[in-house]
Amino acid sequence: MRESRLWFWHILSAIVILVLLGLHMGTKHLSELLHMIGIGSGDPVQSAQVFHRSQQAVYMITYILLLGTGLFHGLYGLRSIFFELSLSKTLEKLIGGVLAVAGIALFVYGSYVAVLLFQTSGV
Amino acid sequence: MNNSATQDKAILKTVKFEILRYNPAGNESPHLENYSVPVTKGMTVLDGLTWIKEHLDSSLSWRSSCRMGICGSCGMFINGLPRLACNNQIVHLHSDRVVVKPLPNYDIIRDLVPDLEGLFSKHRSVKPYLIRKDVSEQDKPTGEFFQSEQELLNYIQFAYCIKCGLCMAACPTVATSEEYAGPQSLTAGWRYLSDTRDEGASERQDVLYSSHGVYRCHFAGACSQVCPKGVDPALAIQMAKRDAFMKGFGFGKERKASSVMSPVQDWTPRGDIPNAPEKTAGNTGSKREP
Repeated sequence: MRESRLWFWHILSAIVILVLLGLHMGTKHLSELLHMIGIGSGDPVQSAQVFHRSQQAVYMITYILLLGTGLFHGLYGLRSIFFELSLSKTLEKLIGGVLAVAGIALFVYGSYVAVLLFQTSGV
Repeated sequence: MNNSATQDKAILKTVKFEILRYNPAGNESPHLENYSVPVTKGMTVLDGLTWIKEHLDSSLSWRSSCRMGICGSCGMFINGLPRLACNNQIVHLHSDRVVVKPLPNYDIIRDLVPDLEGLFSKHRSVKPYLIRKDVSEQDKPTGEFFQSEQELLNYIQFAYCIKCGLCMAACPTVATSEEYAGPQSLTAGWRYLSDTRDEGASERQDVLYSSHGVYRCHFAGACSQVCPKGVDPALAIQMAKRDAFMKGFGFGKERKASSVMSPVQDWTPRGDIPNAPEKTAGNTGSKREP
């Protein structure tokens, strides 16, 4: 069933987001705590640090992964909200199509930015 | 309620019934009407309505039958919750004001009578009966289908549903989405999906796992809270979701339906058990005792 597959990925993306956002919170907002146990150095939100991270393959991959899972999870949730409004089948299909196209476009654009930053020689 | 019986019982207090009245033939918009009802010990909301009909307003309409929480006919919105009118004593509401309205999420036919056609059509859509590939065995049974006690326990609570529709009235998703299958039909669908005698999974999945099936459940749990039979529809829906998720991972393979048990051999009946009465249906050519 198509809906079962979508929902399966919806749940799986939630787990991935949980892990990636956990890493994000740890490295960006709990940096002082991490410094105390000897992980990381400097202010993580400084421009130079941001660019430095963007030029690492691991970060680029996690950025794209977070973007993809976040977009899918969020847009599927948005679709679910629309589907609870007793719309016609045609409108439901149209909304599904528009959200899918928007999601793919945003993913392509976001991934392009992440790859571009990865290839930039720095500031 | 018998008049003399009411008179014999001591009146505990007088409560104010506020009842939503609506008569489509009279082109009236739904409005509340007040009635004072003397409450006696053990008097249910249904008894209160009957007292009003007998003594104050014979035009009051509602649907009821068994008066003992079995048939599921008298579902109403009583003091802010969907409940069976026969299953709730007035004194247990702990209020001098009893507000009775028809069940939410249904159209009103008249007064407290909801239109349950939507409930039953959704119920029918999940094919709430055993589907087997061995049709001939179902038409002319040669024995019983095997089912262990544990297999029975896996679904038995969902089989207690009396189709009163309270869960549908309580569900916040049903309130906004007409297409949503709803807790009653999804629970019925899961009841048969989890029955080891059944082979109709592929025929029910189109409804259960559609875009308006189990995935639209927000897990508010209101359905389970109001069920008068202790059924947990929210659990059934979550179990159906888990089943789909595990199958997505490749676990929970399609099971083989249970087979017909061979008749028990070499047994002798206990002497102290009386014989079963003669069959009254399915016999041909036999006469019944007068």
